[in-house]
Amino acid sequence: MSEVRYTDQHEWIRLDGEEAAVGITRYAAESLGDVVFVELPAIGKAVKAGGEAAVVESVKAASDIYAPVSGTVSAANAVLSAEPSKVNDDPEGEGWFFKLKGVSADEFGKLMDEAAYKKFVETL
Amino acid sequence: MSMNNQGRPTSLDGGDSRRRAVAPGTITPEELPTISGDRGLDHEEKLIFELDHGAVGVDIPDVQVSAERLGGMRRSGGIGLPGLSEPEVVRHYVRLSRKNYAIDSGLYPLGSCTMKHNPRLNEKMARLPGFGDLHPLAPQSTTQGALELIATLMTWLERLTGMPAVAMSPKAGAHGELCGLLAIRAAIAARGETRTRILVPESAHGTNPATAAFAGFTVDSVPGKADGRVDAEALKAKLGPDVAAIMLTNPNTCGLFEGEVVEIARAVHDAGAYFYCDGANFNAIAGRVRPGDLGVDAMHINLHKTFSTPHGGGGPGAGPVVLSQRLAAFAPLPLLVADGRGLRLIEDAADAPAGAKPFGRMCAFHGQMGMFVRALAYMLSHGRDGVRQASEDAVLSANYILASLKDVMSAPFGDGPCMHEALFDDSFLEGTGVTTLDFAKAMIDEGYHPMTMYFPLVVHGAMLIEPTESESKESLDRFIHVLRELAREAREGKIARFAGAPRLTPRRRLDETAAARRPVLRWRKPDPVKQAAE
Amino acid sequence: MRYLPLTPDDRRAMLAKIGAPDVDALYRDVPASAHVGLSAFDLPDTQGEMEVERALSKLAAKNIAAGAAPFFCGAGAYKHHVPASVDHLIQRSEFLTSYTPYQPEIAQGTLQYLFEFQTQVALLTGMEVANASLYDGSTATAEAVLMAQRVTKRGKAVLSGGLHPHYAQTVETVAGLAGRMVRVPVTPGKAEDIIALIDEETACVVVQSPDVFGLIRDLRPVAEAAHARGALLVAVVTEAVSLGLLEPPGAQGADIVAAEGQSIGNGLNFGGPYIGLFATREKFLRQMPGRLCGETVDVEGRRGFVLTLSTREQHIRREKATSNICTNSGLCTLAFTIHLSLLGEEGLTRLARLNHATASALATRLAALPGVELVTDAFFNEFTIRLPKAAAPVVEALAGRGIVAGVPASRLLPHEPSTANLLIVAATECVSDADADALVAAIRETL
Repeated sequence: MSEVRYTDQHEWIRLDGEEAAVGITRYAAESLGDVVFVELPAIGKAVKAGGEAAVVESVKAASDIYAPVSGTVSAANAVLSAEPSKVNDDPEGEGWFFKLKGVSADEFGKLMDEAAYKKFVETL
Repeated sequence: MSMNNQGRPTSLDGGDSRRRAVAPGTITPEELPTISGDRGLDHEEKLIFELDHGAVGVDIPDVQVSAERLGGMRRSGGIGLPGLSEPEVVRHYVRLSRKNYAIDSGLYPLGSCTMKHNPRLNEKMARLPGFGDLHPLAPQSTTQGALELIATLMTWLERLTGMPAVAMSPKAGAHGELCGLLAIRAAIAARGETRTRILVPESAHGTNPATAAFAGFTVDSVPGKADGRVDAEALKAKLGPDVAAIMLTNPNTCGLFEGEVVEIARAVHDAGAYFYCDGANFNAIAGRVRPGDLGVDAMHINLHKTFSTPHGGGGPGAGPVVLSQRLAAFAPLPLLVADGRGLRLIEDAADAPAGAKPFGRMCAFHGQMGMFVRALAYMLSHGRDGVRQASEDAVLSANYILASLKDVMSAPFGDGPCMHEALFDDSFLEGTGVTTLDFAKAMIDEGYHPMTMYFPLVVHGAMLIEPTESESKESLDRFIHVLRELAREAREGKIARFAGAPRLTPRRRLDETAAARRPVLRWRKPDPVKQAAE
Repeated sequence: MRYLPLTPDDRRAMLAKIGAPDVDALYRDVPASAHVGLSAFDLPDTQGEMEVERALSKLAAKNIAAGAAPFFCGAGAYKHHVPASVDHLIQRSEFLTSYTPYQPEIAQGTLQYLFEFQTQVALLTGMEVANASLYDGSTATAEAVLMAQRVTKRGKAVLSGGLHPHYAQTVETVAGLAGRMVRVPVTPGKAEDIIALIDEETACVVVQSPDVFGLIRDLRPVAEAAHARGALLVAVVTEAVSLGLLEPPGAQGADIVAAEGQSIGNGLNFGGPYIGLFATREKFLRQMPGRLCGETVDVEGRRGFVLTLSTREQHIRREKATSNICTNSGLCTLAFTIHLSLLGEEGLTRLARLNHATASALATRLAALPGVELVTDAFFNEFTIRLPKAAAPVVEALAGRGIVAGVPASRLLPHEPSTANLLIVAATECVSDADADALVAAIRETL
């Protein structure tokens, strides 16, 4: 059973057994506009919670994607390199950016759940 | 995407303009596609590669060469360049030129870019063979006039800024910034210190943090205040033994003078740091205020802004950097010195005069000589009185625009006065359904280049208008009238002309997303097999 | 003042609208201590067009223009004939007085020629993509090294001794911040052994061909060695016309080409403005510095052009930009593009052959003089000779007689005793038989 959490930087993270997929929320994808390029982390790279892990670019803006939790990059969604529009079409599904292994349950547990994130977005 | 089926609204009433603007029985351009695809003076023009038919536009003798002195490296394949005669090439580029807006054809209110008149005398002077056809490494005895010109320009720059030295080689504003920061870096190293942090106000132009990072510093952003100025207290609080410099634009990117600049400079110096001033907006104060009096240690001067060397569709520019006494010794090569026999370029660090410690070299040769000639022609023409008058007229014109538009457009920093540019935000468009971009694009249909939009970043929906000193009052009044009417129509909900504007241009809005997703950066010969299949 | 349209009446009316008593009131934010009057400036007052023209013409007349004498200077800047139509076209207001094409609907003229330019540069260099130009060849070379550092995540760069010394110094100043720059000692007329210096820390090796002495280098073995160690080859070209006759760097394995484009369409201008050509492989596209123009369509489906991939640039990425560069060399690229369009495939090839033939004939004659030795046996339109005495005084002496004999190597390498007698001689299509005769006779007499 997978579990999803959110950050105040508008990333989502879905923990599924040993591995956690990370992407940006629908809210973030909509405010970015048409995504034209995604720079993905190298597999095997160790990332720290809050550290820069990927870059997403629209025509007029480039934004860093932070790792919601610490871990080691175990997969990167190569499809996005050829089809960055996937981030707009299905940000919380096929538009995932990378996967992490070795995620601390403690760090994960501290992130917002869906209800909390929804409330957070309403305050913006 | 919706096609243009609304006719050509030429009346200012908007809304129902089609019926009014187009008399019954006439045909709009959209209803009359031409046979040629061209429209009157607006010609469609293919790429030069698509016009290839094996002609040649020069007459050069056909000599054969033996390969013996080419070291076996003779080209083995063709190049792929198209062949056209001179009349075809001339027509091609003349047609392309007609698809461009230009300061010579209309008011160009791009804030922070300074699109002022480019006198043609300057072009003529730069083309004098003694300058334009002069080799940078010709014996120095044969280039004394050119060195004298550079020395004269240096004197002008030093005296106008109240600074004791100037490095001439930087080739553009950003290159000048880099030069200034490298001089600061060298000065700090010479003191035996390590300072790694540079304070940059958040309103700064993007080149400032980019250059600071490029020069190996970390960037620490300083917040602004509600009145559009940097928060001097916050800035002072950030000063410390690891701060190398501040980079402050003055007048700043909101078009405002930083009134606390002298105090800031003092605090910066007390902390052992340097004051880099971005001189992009020197054109507001030249002839009235000397940056040297404000405590500046280094400032680049965009000759293509303040001193009107032409922008040329994006360059070339020139960015000499004036330096304070504390930094003068670190100016990069080459150095220009006077000795018994005249002027001499010092091109190697080992030959530098006593005390000089050049930090390196910014580029090959001696800088943008062609721009130096134009800038000096501009300065000599204006004189000190004309330079001052130009600054005053630029400031007066910007304030006139601010005063004439502030009741219909929103000015984030109140009543002013501003310096050489008037800043508005998009709050006057709130709830109208018209975006900042739509508003700007509608100006294009009215015959104007839009103002600078979305810069400075600190103001939401910024619209920065810089009229410069080159516009007559009549021209300003006409521009003001058009903007007032556009603002009124947006407010009254007559938004037809905004959505999808511009309509009267060689091309309408272009798909920048597609361009960035699948970059096509060059022409490629069509594949005949693929073409036949299609 | 002839450039200022506002009259005193206009100014009064405008101040009234603003509600300011005088223009001083508009400068009220300037601290009182910083206001200065005109007398603070020890500078002349306004002058008419005629006076300015007279003053500047007087300065220009003190110089010996390349076209006014038998002329043989090169070393990174070349005297070529530029067709009259080039300078006429670039002075059209719509090109000369427009800004960077940020509003593509009213800048298709600039954008289309940039697209043509990028294509021409890619074709000439044998590379896949090119940008819309950088400041000049030397800064393009520095940017190439920085890009190699980004791509390889390594710091060290190996700079060939044949790289123009000004270029090497520029690279050291700018890229030296991020890694060690290893400069190979000069070996005039010979290719140095650079391969041994490439190691696992090397980001790139920088080789110029023809090199600063005019020697044509074979880049292929260097490319192979660099690639074997995960390094890039940066190929530098200072004489763009050479690409009409020589194998392009792209065909020799170069990863980045940085070149000076001045010799096509642009005057000597005492060193600037020039035009930096920058080309690379498609896979490095997003690591490239500088502006890029790309093809797209407008809302009606018509082909058009825009500046693209600007998220790499400083105005968006700020401190994370690929480079701090803000401008390109706009009007110089236009001159380049028009001149190259006039030349076309046949014209450029003929021009390149004529250059080589002219230089080759002159080299043969000079080498036949007693005591003079040809140092570079493979060259394009520039070669180096060794004189039996120091070259700099010979050049000065000949300049006194109205002959500009070339660039003494000591001008570029003043503290390299082995180069004191070397003279770098360029002979382009502009060198007439009479010019060549004058040079040969004058050198014979000075020896």
